[in-house]
Amino acid sequence: MKRTYISLLAVSVALMGGTAQADKWSDQFPHIKNTGDIAGECSYEAMSQKDYSGQKLTINTHAVPVMGEPTALHAEQFSALTGAEVNVIHTPAGDLYSKAMVPFQAGQAPYDIVFGFSNFIRDWKQYLEPVPAKYVNMAQMKDVTQSHIDVNTWDGEMIQFPIDGDRHYLKYRKDVIDNPEYQAKYKAETGNELRIPQTWKEYGEMAAFFNDWDWDNDGELEYGSAEVMKKDDLMFAAFFSRSVAYSKNPRVKGGFFFDLETMEPLINGPGFVEALGDWVEATKYVPPGGINFGLGDEINSFGGGQTLFSFSWDDAFVAAMQDDSPIKNKVGVAPLPGSNRVWNRDSDAWDDTYNQAPYIVWGWTAAVAKKSENHEMAFDYLCFFANDANHQADIAIGRFGVNPFKKSDFVADLYVERQGWDPEIAKQYADTLMEMEEGSTNRVFPLRVPGVFQFNSAIATGTAKALAGQLSPQEALDEVAAEWTKIVDRIGADTIREAYAKGVALEDAE
Amino acid sequence: MNFKHKYLFLLPGLLVLLGILIFPIGFTVRLSLSSWDSFYPALDFIGLDNYVRLFTDDKRFWEAFGRLSLLSLTTVFLQYVIGFSLALMVWKEIVFQRFFRVLFLIPMMTTPVIMTVIWRTFFHESLGPVNDLLSYFDVTPLWLSSELLAKFTVILVEVWQWTPFMFLLLLAGLLSLPKEPFLAASIDGAGPIRTFVYVTFPLMAPISIGAIIIRLIEASKIMDTVYVLTSGGPGTATETSSFYIFIKGLREFQFGYSAALSFTYLIIMIISLTIIAKILVKLMVRGN
Repeated sequence: MKRTYISLLAVSVALMGGTAQADKWSDQFPHIKNTGDIAGECSYEAMSQKDYSGQKLTINTHAVPVMGEPTALHAEQFSALTGAEVNVIHTPAGDLYSKAMVPFQAGQAPYDIVFGFSNFIRDWKQYLEPVPAKYVNMAQMKDVTQSHIDVNTWDGEMIQFPIDGDRHYLKYRKDVIDNPEYQAKYKAETGNELRIPQTWKEYGEMAAFFNDWDWDNDGELEYGSAEVMKKDDLMFAAFFSRSVAYSKNPRVKGGFFFDLETMEPLINGPGFVEALGDWVEATKYVPPGGINFGLGDEINSFGGGQTLFSFSWDDAFVAAMQDDSPIKNKVGVAPLPGSNRVWNRDSDAWDDTYNQAPYIVWGWTAAVAKKSENHEMAFDYLCFFANDANHQADIAIGRFGVNPFKKSDFVADLYVERQGWDPEIAKQYADTLMEMEEGSTNRVFPLRVPGVFQFNSAIATGTAKALAGQLSPQEALDEVAAEWTKIVDRIGADTIREAYAKGVALEDAE
Repeated sequence: MNFKHKYLFLLPGLLVLLGILIFPIGFTVRLSLSSWDSFYPALDFIGLDNYVRLFTDDKRFWEAFGRLSLLSLTTVFLQYVIGFSLALMVWKEIVFQRFFRVLFLIPMMTTPVIMTVIWRTFFHESLGPVNDLLSYFDVTPLWLSSELLAKFTVILVEVWQWTPFMFLLLLAGLLSLPKEPFLAASIDGAGPIRTFVYVTFPLMAPISIGAIIIRLIEASKIMDTVYVLTSGGPGTATETSSFYIFIKGLREFQFGYSAALSFTYLIIMIISLTIIAKILVKLMVRGN
């Protein structure tokens, strides 16, 4: 690990060396004004040598701003540098899968590049062009963390181009948790320490304590937690984040979502039920209407200073740390809370020991359609999108949805120098993310199996019913398990096992 | 003219009809007999498996259908009552008659999805202006998070959006009514209520039935309002048949099964609306 940090420091020094000098490219493209162009295979300088005049690139990406805005911005830059005509089509998150899948299945190629979530890979892979070796072997790619290389790879072949890195972690109001006055008040009223929550139970107790009163004296009510609870809007990821501590037992191998041997769903086991019980409790300490919060609401709520806690992707934290944020340098980062017990399905009993497990929620990715007639230009665009200068600029803008996935991203000084972050917060951020990427061996990765949307949709429906009070947590998850069993039967247990085994292998690797 | 020539002239029209009406329905039926999904994109033949699954193992579809019936019947009833009232109001000469006629039509001219986004912003429970105002009275209803209120909010938005359509049809009907029955009623000394009950309403019955049926057909497809406003939540409290079919088809990519849902739904709607139309004729047309 020490060696990793030293090499990261070296990379960061090299990167920061570039920051000192503005260059001709940053004059022309103010987006990279902090770093100027950074030398590399797909730098501004390198792209300017290409000539794609008279050629057209069509990209299907997410709606503005998350991922849609950087796609459009880099398309404009790419067009200016290479002469290519780039047509960017924006699609809501829920329709990204089908908008690409329908023409894929019909044998058409209306898009050269498709953006989507990395867990689409199993369903999409046969329609995508593998990333050519020259991109896989370039220096820019060598900087990508191993877990994000794995994300984009299937059977040893890189299918998707790494453009983003995602994981769920805890965000909290540092000015409240570290406030001696509130620490004393909390101790006096509850008998417990006010600290970064170590367990989901602590998270719930603190969130409930700081719910529905004006604890930052801004004249507005504040609340305990902002979470993605809206049905069908990535809520499955929020639920799994709450489940990992109770259900991912490092002593039990062979599957988190299914028992790999039998392909029997584990989703209604006691660990998941406990987590859903906590989540139902959370409906009492989210802002009014929090049960309908999608990702955008969560970002605005925590990023706008409305809640004490939040957990999901980087975006809410980055939004909170932007220059125009009222809570810049008042927020902290920590791993997801753990639990004081974890379910052991081998012994069919709880192990009464502290457990914590990161949930690596692989995020945005992009790929080139196999039937595209512009493979080289398409890969050049993606390579340009993720070049060091663009990447450094993109990760500083919360609404872009581009988050760290390169080893050189996990160096605190970058954020202090370029974004004005408090050094302690920057270190906390870099260390937390790095630990999740390379430190933990008890990680959970999302499902990457055929029909993944059917599984996630069943989770969304079941958990939404529990959050709305229509079913108890156990009833809701029994319903989900029954639905998952039917999906496995329809698609075929062996087919799903073959794909699921690849994720389990990553989870079980020491 | 030769008998065969007659068919030759009819042929282009028949081909168009076949292309735009029969083929999509036929293809949907064929698709419903296949297992086409994200993993297996092909028109295989699995017989009636999808239909068996629907009728024996899909409670959620039938719950969604029940909810749809409640929402569509309620919204169309309210649209009819309000639309008829507004039409009666601007039927006679009143001040600013033209202004009101245009004003009442504005909601229908807006884009439903955009307006629903605006309504969602209005009703956002912690950031929206409605609860901001109501908080002065210590009331902050959970417009989108309470099962009951979420249904109410969907109904409210639908009524706001589509009452003008009902208003337009009914106003057109009122303007086309013959004057003689009203003159006769006036000579007989009938007051406004009696005139409405015994003359206006019966004369308007045919067009009322037409307007109600058209709106029921549209309301039974309610999708965008639910999608934008609540995503079918909280839980499944506002999930309607169309939204459920959308989830199965375009979210879960179960094309074969969603085709079976669509076709079944089409048959149910044809039967239901025929029955409703007959009941309305019986109730509203005098002499029946």
